[in-house]
Amino acid sequence: MEQSHTRKPWIIPNLLAQGVKVVKTVIEQMEPLGYSQTAQFAVRLALDEAMANAIRHGNNNDPTKHVTIEYHITEEQLQISICDEGDGFKPEQVPDPTLDENLERPCGRGVMLMNAYMTKVTFNDKGNCVTMIKRKDCPLPYVSEED
Amino acid sequence: MAENDSRLTIETSDDITLVGFLDRNILEEATIQHIGDQISDIIDATPNPRILINFDNVDHLSSAALGMLITINNKVRHKSGQLRLANINTQIYEVFAITKLNKLFQIHSDAEKAMQSFK
Repeated sequence: MEQSHTRKPWIIPNLLAQGVKVVKTVIEQMEPLGYSQTAQFAVRLALDEAMANAIRHGNNNDPTKHVTIEYHITEEQLQISICDEGDGFKPEQVPDPTLDENLERPCGRGVMLMNAYMTKVTFNDKGNCVTMIKRKDCPLPYVSEED
Repeated sequence: MAENDSRLTIETSDDITLVGFLDRNILEEATIQHIGDQISDIIDATPNPRILINFDNVDHLSSAALGMLITINNKVRHKSGQLRLANINTQIYEVFAITKLNKLFQIHSDAEKAMQSFK
């Protein structure tokens, strides 16, 4: 019988320490399902960024707000949604941090890293809820030779 | 975070400040802020700072940590100093490559090579 882990919904207070617990819990559930160390690194990176975005930017570090997490991990893929109570944002309007003129900007790399390391990343229309999928066999990230 | 609760090792050799990390994961915002403040203090106190940050044992970092490094780099350049990064493992280097920050920073495979690269 296929193993899996599901948690829905998991509502946490809007605190970075709570976000760390979520990331730790998810990563711990990946290893017994056969996810490689590389896949765990990728998910950890993307989840750290998504949780920080929700808590710091979405909920504006307001400790009275909450973040809602839902996830389902099977032997084939991990799917996780992270929603904050903020007004949302337009991910396509985030400047490309890899352009020469943006390289020295200290912010704005979170969404780009999520896209690079996960198989699929989608936002809802409002932009306050991200859903990420990592397939176990997904080879991402891909760094081209010229880089 | 308490003032003396440093998450860094700091040594000086040949007028070069060698910075290392005590933690394997550089993820938490308060820690990153504290690290950035500590390194900024070194830059502020040195006319032409020459700083080597050694990533030996670092397994994870976040975009906030990258942002802190960019701020440090900007401050060092503003004072006509030099910043080198060394001992970055393959997975972390991949993060630098994906974000193209390997073009911004001078990254060396080990501390010895980084030390030799200072002018």
